[in-house]
Order: sequence, then C-alpha cells, then structure tokens
Amino acid sequence: MRRYILNRLFQFIPLLIGMTFISFLIIQISPGDYFTQLKMNPEISPETIENMRKLFGLDKPVIIQYFYWLKNIFSFNLGVSFSYHVPVSFLIKVRLKNTIALSIFSIFLTWIISIPLGIYGAIKDKKIQERILSFFAYIGISLPGFFIAMLVIFFISKTAILPLGGTTSIFYENASNFEKFIDYLKHLLVPGLILTLSGIGSLYRLMKNNFLETLNSPYIFTAYAKGIPTYKIYFKHALRNAINPMITIFGYELSGILSGAGLVEIITGWPGMGRLVLEGVLSFDLYLVMASLLIGGILLILGNLLADILLALTDPRVRLR
Amino acid sequence: MKKILQRLKKRNYISFISLWIIVFLYFLAIMADFIAPYPYNKQFRDYPLCPPTKIHFFDHNKKFHLRPFVYEIKLVNPALNQYEIIEKICPIYFFVKGEKRKILGLFPSTRYLFGTKQGKIFLFGTDMHGRDIFSRVLYGARISLSIGVIGVSLSFFLGFLIGGISGYFGGRIDNILMRLVEIFMMFPAFYLMLALRAVFPLNLSSFQIYLLIVVILSLIGWAGLARIIRGMVLSIKEEEYILAAKALGISTFKIIFKHIIPNTFSYSITAITLSIPGYILGESTLSLLGLGIQEPFPSWGNMLSVCIGNLRILSNAPWMLIPGFFIFLTIICFNFLGDGLRDILDPKNW
Repeated sequence: MRRYILNRLFQFIPLLIGMTFISFLIIQISPGDYFTQLKMNPEISPETIENMRKLFGLDKPVIIQYFYWLKNIFSFNLGVSFSYHVPVSFLIKVRLKNTIALSIFSIFLTWIISIPLGIYGAIKDKKIQERILSFFAYIGISLPGFFIAMLVIFFISKTAILPLGGTTSIFYENASNFEKFIDYLKHLLVPGLILTLSGIGSLYRLMKNNFLETLNSPYIFTAYAKGIPTYKIYFKHALRNAINPMITIFGYELSGILSGAGLVEIITGWPGMGRLVLEGVLSFDLYLVMASLLIGGILLILGNLLADILLALTDPRVRLR
Repeated sequence: MKKILQRLKKRNYISFISLWIIVFLYFLAIMADFIAPYPYNKQFRDYPLCPPTKIHFFDHNKKFHLRPFVYEIKLVNPALNQYEIIEKICPIYFFVKGEKRKILGLFPSTRYLFGTKQGKIFLFGTDMHGRDIFSRVLYGARISLSIGVIGVSLSFFLGFLIGGISGYFGGRIDNILMRLVEIFMMFPAFYLMLALRAVFPLNLSSFQIYLLIVVILSLIGWAGLARIIRGMVLSIKEEEYILAAKALGISTFKIIFKHIIPNTFSYSITAITLSIPGYILGESTLSLLGLGIQEPFPSWGNMLSVCIGNLRILSNAPWMLIPGFFIFLTIICFNFLGDGLRDILDPKNW
C-alpha cells in the first residue's frame, strides 16, 4: 500500500514540473514587463528589487528564471507579489483558508444531499418520484453556476435574510469566539449554498445511474431469489458496490476545489482564491499566479491520491493489486 | 439524417423538442437584424432601466382591441427609475418601418418584424443606458451560439488529430502526447482560461476577441477529448479491416482519417452536443468578468456583467437577468438533445 502511494506520488512530479513550466511560459509571453514596472514604482525600495533580482533572476532569460523559481519553491519561498508588495505565501494563506472552508462546506452539503437522493431515485426508477427528481437534476445541471449565484443574490437582496459579501460583520472585532464562528458561518452560507445547488444535479445523476446499474447485476437477483429483505439488499449489497465509482469522483471534486469555486467567489464577494487570481492575472502578478496554479496542481494530486487510498480501503480488489 | 430524427421523435420526445428549440434559437440569431425592433446599440436616453412593456388586448374601459397594443410610458422619477403609464394606446403592427439596417449584413431594409408607430416597445425592458434588452438578446445570441459550435469544431479537430496519432502509433509518441494531455488536464480550468486571456492585450477589436475566446476555449477543451479518442482508436486499430487496409498499402494518414476516425462518429456526435454548453459557458464567463466580448457589442455573458456586485440594479431591475435564462435554455436543450442522441446512437438500444 505504501509503495503504491509513493509510486503514484512520483508519477505526479514530472507532471507538476511540466504544468508549472507551461504556465511560466504563458505568463512570460504576456505583454507588460513587470520588472521595469517594478523599478518605476517608488513604493518599492531598490534593495527589495535587488534582492528579488538575485533570488529570482528577473533579468535573465525565461528558462533560467523558471529554474530560479523552482529552486525557491523547494525552500518554500513563493516569491513576492508585485502588486501587493507582500510575500505571496502570506497572501495565499488567508485566501486559501477561505476557499477551502467554502469548498469543504459545499462539498459536504452536496454529498449529504445528493447521495441519498440518488439512491432514492434509483429505487423509484421510472416512477413519478424519480421523474420529478431527474427533472430538477436536469435543471440543476444546466443552470450555470454564475446564474444560480445571481438568482440567489437577487432573492437575498429582496429578503435580506443572510449577509452578503466578505467573511465578517461589523461587530466582528468585539465578538466572542463562538459568535465569531457563527458570523463566519453565516457569511459562508450564501456562496456555500450556491455551490451546493450547482453541484447536486450532476452528483445525483451519477449516483442514481451507479445504483441502478448495480441493482441490475446478477448477484442482486440472486439475493432477491434467496429471500433477503429488500432494505438489506439495498444497503448491504448494492450500496457498497455502487459507491466505489463515486469515491473516484470525490477525489476529482477535491482536486477541482480551486477552479470550481472561483467564479462564485468573485460574484458573491467571498474573499477566496478566485478574486486573488483574477486580480493577479490582470495585473501580471507573476509569482502570485504561479503559486496559485501550483497549489491547484498539488490539490489535484492530493485529491487523486485520496481517492486512490479510499478506493483501496473500500474495495479489496484494488487493495490486492 | 431523417431516420435519426424519426427515431429521436419516437424514443425521446423531449430531446426532439429540444432540437427544434435549438434550431429556433439559431434562426432568431441569424435573423436578428429583421426580428429585433431596435439596433443593439440604440440608446433611448429617456428610458433607462425601463421595465418590460406589457402587451394589452383590453384598454382601461375594458374594451377589446383585436390588434394588441402597448401604453406609452414616461419616466417620472429618474433617481428611482419609476415609470408611469400614459393612457395613450400605441397599437403593435407587423412589418413596421424603422431605421435603415442591413439584414444579414447584405440586404438593406427599413421594415422589421414588429413594432409600434408611436411609443416604444421593450419586450424585455431596457438596461441602464436605455438599450432594448430583447434586441440585445437576439444580437447577443449570434456570439453566444456561434462560439459553441466553432469552439467545439476546433477542439474536436485537435482532439482527433492528437488522439488519433497517439492511439494509432502508440509507443513513444503516445507516451509523450499523453503526458502533454495530462499536463493540460492538471490546470484548474478557470484559472487557465484567465491566464491565457491575460497573454493578450485587453483592448483588441471585437472580432479579434471573438477569435481569441474560441482559441482559448479549444485549448482548454481538447485534452480530455484527445484522451477518449485515443482509447477508441486503440481498440479500433486492432480490427481486421484496418489490417486489410494496411495490407492494401493505404497511407497511414488515410487509414487514420478515413477508416478509424469515422468509426468514432457515433460517439463524437453525442460528445459534441454535450460539450457545446461548456463553450457557451466559457464565453459567458469571460464576458461576464469583462475579459470577453466588449461593449457596445452584446453577448449573453457581458449583458449579465452589470449584475455582479451591483445589488441595486439587480434588485430593482430583475429583467437584467433575462440573458441568463437564455443561456440556461440553450444549455438544457443541448443537454436533452445530447442524452437523446446517446440513447438512439448506442447500438445497445437498437
């Protein structure tokens, strides 16, 4: 098992290097030279520029610059943001925390809702309940995330039941820890619900199809023939087999955290990675964008790895391989 | 073709209807010059954020009019965008005269499908510059609907080319190409889209931006396709008729494009239909963030961009969300159609 995981990790390293190199190239061919821009900015001291030039080789060719960057990554130096004048790691730490909180919240909610619904839909296949559920699932799949966000914001602007934008209210400073937590959660609710709404449809459909396929397999018929009670067939035999493909999808979902939440974050004003990267891209903030893409890649690796491990835990066939 | 339509109608009526809705939407887009009552950039300064005009058959005396009419309206409170109805009846006519426009950019015409002689008719209301949203939705459909088709074709071309080569030749070429595909699939799609957009200056001409969006979206979309095509080619190339073709001395290029790729078509038709929504979404996302199609040209995405972070407009003028419904309608129709096509093209279901 350990060897398997290590093996997978090693396979990812060249991919990660390739990906960062391509993004480095993409940003380098963008117009707008930040180095000269940097020199012209009176807010940045010449020592800082000199320091960065040494560390990142800013005046050297692209390929060399890339190796400088790579060298710094291994000493956990992600560089300095050109537009914020603070280390990138500092910027990302705050924003990444918000994005991860939002994603975990919405993923949890999506799964807890759509898995039971999917099972229910499969059991009631071709009946009126399934038709209604599938109809709504279709709508959910086809509604763009940003449009759901706008509809939810419209609804909230009419009713004002939930706070919108930011992570904290005005009274946050002198609130107790518990109140702070509740306040944070309240702000999380709007973007979280939007992401959940846009995720339920496709997950429901996947789960329903998986469960249905399992229910049609011969061993389920055998179980019926042996007189095993229906609920036992569903939850003891079918569910455990139907959930396996979902675990892979769970891994994908974790790896898609960054990309999936980005637009909704921008629309609802949740200070996560989305807005940061958008601004970084628009202002050619090289190291900021690089670091975000790197984190995206790492998340993908972690997500896939987690899926592999979970799959090995639930499915002995994978474990034995 | 006719057979497919018939089977679609019989097996999956919803996707049959979806197909016709899609055809209708494309028809609207093509004929926008004739159907739209106003040009997309015509600003009625006296009617900012005007709510959708109601079409009446009965006037305030409960008298029935055979010809539908609208009431003339007047802005009474510019600060709050409040409008008042003036009890003046403006009948709606077909083929009314208006400003000169070129239909399809070819035939100059002064008559449009419908309109009023006095007063204004804003079926979907107006935006804050007083531009008719109905007309802009029709013109915007041209961009939003065509980008899907063009983007998908480009992606499929790349996907077929790289997937086909990779699957057919195998070995080292396959290895290198598939690593490249994996690298592309590792990027967070949303951020890759932003980064690619940033490579190019913001102030391009609208046609350049259009091409740019197509290229960006295809660059993001080809990788997944290439991988699937490769898998299919791998299995098809073992078939005996390929061996026969090889024995006959047909060139490799011809074998790939004439004998292998056509065999993946039943899959690709479904995949094309189901991936068009992704391209429409990509265009709307870029335009929504102000990185895509620029004003005054409308696209469904950039018409929605005022709704971001602008709570007052959003809550006072919900008709600004109408382009979003069109995006939704298009996507759901493509999804229904794709599922229907998968149903009937799958040999298991014959």
